[in-house]
Amino acid sequence: MTELKRNEKLDIVNILKDLDKYEPRRRGWTWREKAEDQHMGPFEYHEISKPLKQSVPLPPAKFMEDVDPQPMQTITTEIASGRFEDDIRRMRMGAWHGADHLMVIRHMGQSHIDGLMEGTPQGIGGVPITRKQIRAQRKAIDMIEDEVGRPINYHSYISGVAGPDVAVLFAEEGVNGAHQDPQYNVLYRDINCVRSFVDACESKKIMAWAGILQIDGAHNANATAREAWKVMPELIVQHAINSRFSEKVGIKPENISLSTVPPTATPAPCVYMDLPYAVALRDICDRYKMRAQMNTKYIQSSAREATVTHVMNMLISKLTRADIQSTITPDEGRNVPWHIYNIEACDTAKQTLIGLDGLMEMVELKKDGPLREMARDIKERALLFMEEIVENGGYFQAVQDGFFVDSAKYPERNGDGIARKIEGGVGYGFIFERDEDYMAPVTAHYGYNNVEQYGGDPENPSALIGGCTFEDRSKIVYIDELDENDNVNVRLEKVAKYRTGNVITPEVEWCGDRVIMITMMLPINKRVAEAAAVELGKKLGLVDPEVISAEVMQDAEGTRIELKGRVDFDIDLTTLEIPPEPHYMSDKELYDEFEGHEHMKVVCGTVGEDEHSVGMREIINIKHGGIEKWGIECIYLGTSVPVEKMVDACIEENAEAILASTIISHDNVHYKNMRRLHELCVEKGIRDKVIICAGGTQVIPEEAVKTGIDMGFGRNSHGIDVATFLAEERQRRRGER
Amino acid sequence: MKRADDFEVRRQHIANLTDEELYARFWELTDQVVDPLLELGKKNTTPSVERSVLLRMGVSSLDCMPIVNHAIDHGLMGKGCGHCVYKLSKMEDISIRDASIKLAKGEGWDKLVEAFKGGK
Repeated sequence: MTELKRNEKLDIVNILKDLDKYEPRRRGWTWREKAEDQHMGPFEYHEISKPLKQSVPLPPAKFMEDVDPQPMQTITTEIASGRFEDDIRRMRMGAWHGADHLMVIRHMGQSHIDGLMEGTPQGIGGVPITRKQIRAQRKAIDMIEDEVGRPINYHSYISGVAGPDVAVLFAEEGVNGAHQDPQYNVLYRDINCVRSFVDACESKKIMAWAGILQIDGAHNANATAREAWKVMPELIVQHAINSRFSEKVGIKPENISLSTVPPTATPAPCVYMDLPYAVALRDICDRYKMRAQMNTKYIQSSAREATVTHVMNMLISKLTRADIQSTITPDEGRNVPWHIYNIEACDTAKQTLIGLDGLMEMVELKKDGPLREMARDIKERALLFMEEIVENGGYFQAVQDGFFVDSAKYPERNGDGIARKIEGGVGYGFIFERDEDYMAPVTAHYGYNNVEQYGGDPENPSALIGGCTFEDRSKIVYIDELDENDNVNVRLEKVAKYRTGNVITPEVEWCGDRVIMITMMLPINKRVAEAAAVELGKKLGLVDPEVISAEVMQDAEGTRIELKGRVDFDIDLTTLEIPPEPHYMSDKELYDEFEGHEHMKVVCGTVGEDEHSVGMREIINIKHGGIEKWGIECIYLGTSVPVEKMVDACIEENAEAILASTIISHDNVHYKNMRRLHELCVEKGIRDKVIICAGGTQVIPEEAVKTGIDMGFGRNSHGIDVATFLAEERQRRRGER
Repeated sequence: MKRADDFEVRRQHIANLTDEELYARFWELTDQVVDPLLELGKKNTTPSVERSVLLRMGVSSLDCMPIVNHAIDHGLMGKGCGHCVYKLSKMEDISIRDASIKLAKGEGWDKLVEAFKGGK
């Protein structure tokens, strides 16, 4: 298998080769393992998992020895743009940001397709799940997990009218996790309830054989209910029905995971309401794993708001228990998720969970008071709900009578639940009683199976045919493509130019989609701002500009707008002028210059009416890798130093250079100060003897030099940049360069 | 159904249960809800269950649906579609795959109906 190199793109065309021969390297789910050594960089952690070989750490890590601690929770990211070949690259980005559970949403409508889909057609709202598509993604994930150094779980859906077919496919192809919940079929897909449960028995039996982790669908009741905080008792009932049912079919409790959502969101006092629910659910369903889904019901178009909801939800995860942490992308309210938002959500999860590392060693949930009283209340209501199902004649009757997704808080009823007829729905009329001589010579078949009539062993029915595909992979029939126009090869051909390395264009989800987003504040009311933003997009040359988010700053004073649109051009990389990477002199060269050749004295300070001191201290202080390290003597004048004083001090101290820090950039005052420094040195007749440098977060080196000084240093500059420049400038002035 | 909140009345018989008793009672009721569903699965089959059997026997996914449809038309779902393929392969001494291809094309079904006659 090809080994990935961190600086090289995944070769999608190569991944698609020889898929007929691909075999998954394992079956079943893999959890993260706790790191034996909880030390990392300068810190002592309490519950981190084994570190990755390669990853992208959180932004502040650069100040902390680049550590990238990984929480114990499996982190999910849902990736399904409709083109699996583009999703593969997003999966790699996700894995580098800490995701180890890649969930592929299915193509809209696949749940009503009777049988397996084959080939690689493009999907809508998700990816058509096929054998070829799974093999391609799983093969790529094999390489990616080797690259990051952690097993990655691959996941999709076993539901709809072809649940058992899909379960077989997943078992054969080493899919590690799957959604499976017949209640979801019944309530939201109107698939006949008897059919759904008969199918579910078979699907779950196959999942049990393959060690596939099951996630349920109860959280959808939360997303569908009119007022989500009222549906808590029913959520527990739905979780319990699917979990217990699965356990009795044969799935091990540790492979049964509840998809649980904190039901509310701010401005509700959401933790006060959601925490008792989370406690009640975990008390009742203590045998099972918890997959903490985040609340999507109330997400609007603000990515910031969605991110805060995500963080609040993870506080609940941390205060109670979560084995898998989901990361709904913060753009879900407005887009099919984009690459960057998948990654953002993974980072949000990692940042929050690591930030809360060890929390429960310091705090604990109260054993009495409102938390326990409210939890007890929810548990009692859930019990009464279950009791009424039994009294009413069982599950199917309850569904028919509209018990589920009623908008009132049980036992109150508003009569608006989702009711499905026992004799109705998709797939009704296709349930057949097994005869006495019914037989199926395969492994992991649920229920009555008379193999004895042929001398077969009930413990090993597939022996009758010399083993089924579960024992002998060579029996699997691989189908490549069925549609010569709608397949991955045709799609890849259309964007082939982007794989040459010579051309590039922006991308949010698909190679070559050319979509960009612009954020702006328009100082006017919302309706006008939306129209004006579209016009602005057109004038900028964007194709199909569209406002995707508008937030009122104040009704008259302004609106924050996010606008998306497509550019209609590519960038030709062959004609691009890329400035050389900054180079640094070695420690030895710098010591030779400043200690060996000649001592150097500099005056430094923050100029103007500016009290910022951190930046300059970082540049000079030996502890922060500043220029003192190489023997440069720094006369620090402090903050808010008048320009005149800097120059006078330079003369007085007989210094060789002036280093000015200038953070405030309002009205370009930073550049004005630089020009003044230069002019004053000219006036005092020392300009040719003095090197003048200025730095600050808003400083652009090219602009700084235009003011007459020798060099500017922008954001992310360090002592080494300044020391290198001082040494080289000195050598230039000596005529050595 | 519309109903006013009657929680205080309805909870009387469980109000004094300890948390442990409540837990036990809850799961006892859950068992009562799911047990009949498990029984249904044992006694019945569906087109998708049968397709999943055929797939495991090494039948092409493209042939699964036609085989199930023919089995329904010939009243043989109660025997199992995998059973049909198995039986034909034995009767004609051909491979499972070849038997499945024949049945998908609509061949061999009358023979099977005849052979299954008398079975319960």
